Amino acid sequence: MPVRHRTVENTDRAPLTIDELAAVIGRDIPPGSYVNLGIGQPTKIADHLPADEDGNPAVILHTENGMLGMGPAATGDQLDTDLTNAGKVPVTELPGASYFHHADSFAMMRGGHLDVCVLGAYQVSADGDLANWHTGKPDDIPAVGGAMDLAIGAKDVYVMMTLFTKKGESKLVQACTYPLTGVGCVSRAYTDYAAFDIQPDGVHVLATYGISLAELRDRVNVKLIG
Amino acid sequence: MSRAQVLQTTDEAVAGIEDGATILVGGFGLAGMPFDLVDALIRQGARDLTIVSNNAGNGEVGLAALLKAGQVRKILCSFPRQADSYVFDGLYRAGKIELEVVPQGNLAERMRAAGAGIGAFFCPTAVGTLLAAGKETREIDGRTYVLEYPIKGDYAFVSAHQADTLGNVVYRKTARNFGPVMATAARTTIVQVHEVVPVGTLDPEAVITPSIFVDRIVPVEARHYAVQGAR
Repeated sequence: MPVRHRTVENTDRAPLTIDELAAVIGRDIPPGSYVNLGIGQPTKIADHLPADEDGNPAVILHTENGMLGMGPAATGDQLDTDLTNAGKVPVTELPGASYFHHADSFAMMRGGHLDVCVLGAYQVSADGDLANWHTGKPDDIPAVGGAMDLAIGAKDVYVMMTLFTKKGESKLVQACTYPLTGVGCVSRAYTDYAAFDIQPDGVHVLATYGISLAELRDRVNVKLIG
Repeated sequence: MSRAQVLQTTDEAVAGIEDGATILVGGFGLAGMPFDLVDALIRQGARDLTIVSNNAGNGEVGLAALLKAGQVRKILCSFPRQADSYVFDGLYRAGKIELEVVPQGNLAERMRAAGAGIGAFFCPTAVGTLLAAGKETREIDGRTYVLEYPIKGDYAFVSAHQADTLGNVVYRKTARNFGPVMATAARTTIVQVHEVVPVGTLDPEAVITPSIFVDRIVPVEARHYAVQGAR
């Protein structure tokens, strides 16, 4: 049964900044989850993850280059060229961390062990299709990394993106025009103007930010439930 | 005689690599990149190579230097385009190198299959995308899968932390990445390590790549290189 949400309209404020958006997503990640944060904007969510009563991280971060229990970015003496995240940024290890090779790392995704991943996107469709790896332009060099494996592997795939392109076109679309990363894989799309829950009966609007539901319906050419 | 050889120089370690060989090159970005073996291969001069690696080189060191030397015909990788992949970008745009983009997990699993003697496997990754175009699919228990074939190497270049003289190998942190999988998937696996230790020194419970997968070992100096800052 689809879950029915009551849309929260936040019209008395500006759209979310990237950090505010990261905080909204961080609050929605269930404590106890194993989580992969995609490279780019989703890495900011690491600063907003749930903590336990002692203030320790309540989720365990997976990085596809072979680690569970990834800590914050490394600084100063912590820099170690053998310890980086999927974006090749030097990071640290937390107590309880583990290392493993690439085949095991991707077994964690495809095997259904990873609870949540958060990815950036060019487009998300009303059916939960994801496009985030290739613009399809002739001069573009395609690079997929682990995006296709994460898209079909994680139990819940969240997208973090701006809702509109620079030209003002909605990135939540009826059908993706960019090449697909995965089919029907996105469960939530978090954007600066609204958060969407993608369910079998359609796209539910969880909340709006700096825009009314009516104006959102006007600017997004997808049937919105809310 | 299948025991691993301990060699003293990287030039000896890469001796005999033929033109046209397929080489699996470990590393994720620069972490775990077997720089010294790649540098030796540039000196050795084998050409028309097929390289299998996660990335297509960073800056002008390691794999990027091999590409720049014009020794590579084709590369299979998951993520060629990076902020500092300009050597590859230039060759690709000039039509001087062939690219096969493979999802990162498929790259790992296809090599795992090669090393484990698996003929092919059905994988859910890339279903309905360009990267599965033209490939055989099958529905199993209501889910669609794509048929993927193994990737075998003639050689694997792996960078690791320590090896004993039998060829048992341990790694350090995320520099492990593709090393253990590639070590199983090549006819000849060549491992550069920061230290070669006597047999009996490594904890058998902690050995990651057992000696049976290793053919040549060469000690190298630990290399220090700049890492990208946080972004």
